[in-house]
Amino acid sequence: MDITTITIFILAVFVGFEIITKVPPTLHTPLMSGSNAISGIAIIGAILATNIDGDIGMWLGFIAVIFAMINVVGGFMVTDRMLKMFKRK
Amino acid sequence: MIDLSYLISAICFIYGLKMLSHPKTARNGNIIASLGMLIAIIATVYLGTELDIKMIAIAMIIGSIIGAFFAIKVEMTQMPQLVAIFNGFGGGASALVATSEFLKYGHNSTMFLIISITLSVLIGTLTFTGSFIAFGKLQGLISTKPITFPGQQLLNGILAIIMLIAAYMIPNYGMDSFYTILILSGLLGILLVIPIGGADMPVVISLLNSYSGIAAAMTGFVLVNSEPSAGNALIICGSLVGASGMILTQIMCKGMNRSLVNVIFGAVGGEVEGSSGEGKEVNIKSYSTEEAAMIFDAAEKIIIVPGYGLAVAQAQHAVREVAEFLEDKGKQVLYAIHPVAGRMPGHMNVLLAEANISYEQLKDLDEINPEFEDCDVAVVLGANDVVNPAARSDQSSPIYGMPILNVDKARTVIINKRTMNTGFAGVQNELFGYDNSIMVFGDAKDMLIQLLSDLKEL
Repeated sequence: MDITTITIFILAVFVGFEIITKVPPTLHTPLMSGSNAISGIAIIGAILATNIDGDIGMWLGFIAVIFAMINVVGGFMVTDRMLKMFKRK
Repeated sequence: MIDLSYLISAICFIYGLKMLSHPKTARNGNIIASLGMLIAIIATVYLGTELDIKMIAIAMIIGSIIGAFFAIKVEMTQMPQLVAIFNGFGGGASALVATSEFLKYGHNSTMFLIISITLSVLIGTLTFTGSFIAFGKLQGLISTKPITFPGQQLLNGILAIIMLIAAYMIPNYGMDSFYTILILSGLLGILLVIPIGGADMPVVISLLNSYSGIAAAMTGFVLVNSEPSAGNALIICGSLVGASGMILTQIMCKGMNRSLVNVIFGAVGGEVEGSSGEGKEVNIKSYSTEEAAMIFDAAEKIIIVPGYGLAVAQAQHAVREVAEFLEDKGKQVLYAIHPVAGRMPGHMNVLLAEANISYEQLKDLDEINPEFEDCDVAVVLGANDVVNPAARSDQSSPIYGMPILNVDKARTVIINKRTMNTGFAGVQNELFGYDNSIMVFGDAKDMLIQLLSDLKEL
């Protein structure tokens, strides 16, 4: 453990607060499903976990990849479907 | 090289989220964010060593098919359920990754690793189970009323303490301690969501959204030793999502004038349900759609107030047809959107956007409230608590202090409800008895279709 990791964490939280505060209420649902898809970044951890020796760890990684992929693909697709509808007359 | 790829994807996510702040750029923002994810995945697979590519590909295809199926099939009214369940999968994935890391290191882990694994498993698993309960409630599979029992909070407290002890014992008991944490986290997720009622769902979904991000960030801390680049990527993206969920949670709480603690432990709506009928008698005037049509015909400025009832009735297209008819006759039509209308943040906006209503006509609370003063007709469609004047005046009301839409300031208020049942908070709405209030009973969609044909006959 080192302080760099914590620094990255704290700065990222600040960046998050900074960008999201500006999102108007109209877009709150797409924001939520879109940011939800981003939390599917766990997929890279899941991919690496499939490499772990021993059956159980590997299969956990396999299931984790499925879960994260549902989150990523479903999240981005449904967000796009919603945003397509937001039009101005 | 892998660091550079993750840096690029992090920039894509931040820039994409930034572009989400305007309807015009939002769609491209989402595409940029998804490209960021694609870069991260390709880099991980391509640059990773000793990976079983075939196995990963199979898992990714299965996940993609399931995700795409849901994303294409879901109705806009079911969006809260969908987001809830996706949150759950995100949290679940984080918990699984942390678990497999634990299997690798076992009880030889350092203190830092034990803390991050415990937090990651705890938050990830409770997001997983909690989201499924939220899904069940929103889908109507589980009662939307708060489910409470005596000693519930004490039980939650005890569970938390046992988990703390179990985490402390990991160096001695290894797997047994770990399984204890895993199982209790799952149980805690269920226990935390079942006492929360339907109308508080916007808060819960925002909170679970935040948790799914925090879980990913914690998993990043777990990975940071063995895979520093991947660990940092998870920390950055996870905390972005965690922060965004937190902000939405705050906005939702403010929209109900309740603290987060009160929403989670308050269980509003449970005990008052039975006594609601005895409250103040209100004398209501019930009108037919024909009579309502005449009021619309004489009006110049109309404000539509959609609520969850509109979503249930799938009446968004019917609303637009009525509004278009009125606009063609030279009338002004606006929509008033309360922050907690519906079952998730922005739920009503998505529904109305689906029906092709311009987002510029949708006004939030602060924008629209002054407009009611010179408004001829305010139409309340399936909303109740968010227009209850008791929130302004009656200190004994459970919703006292909640910011409401001041529909009662309009010359005439037309309220469409299916029945005279009370709103979620179990409070009778005195608005219905006001001199300028008119009730039109019926399903929102049927009522609007009937109203449109009556308007055309005038």
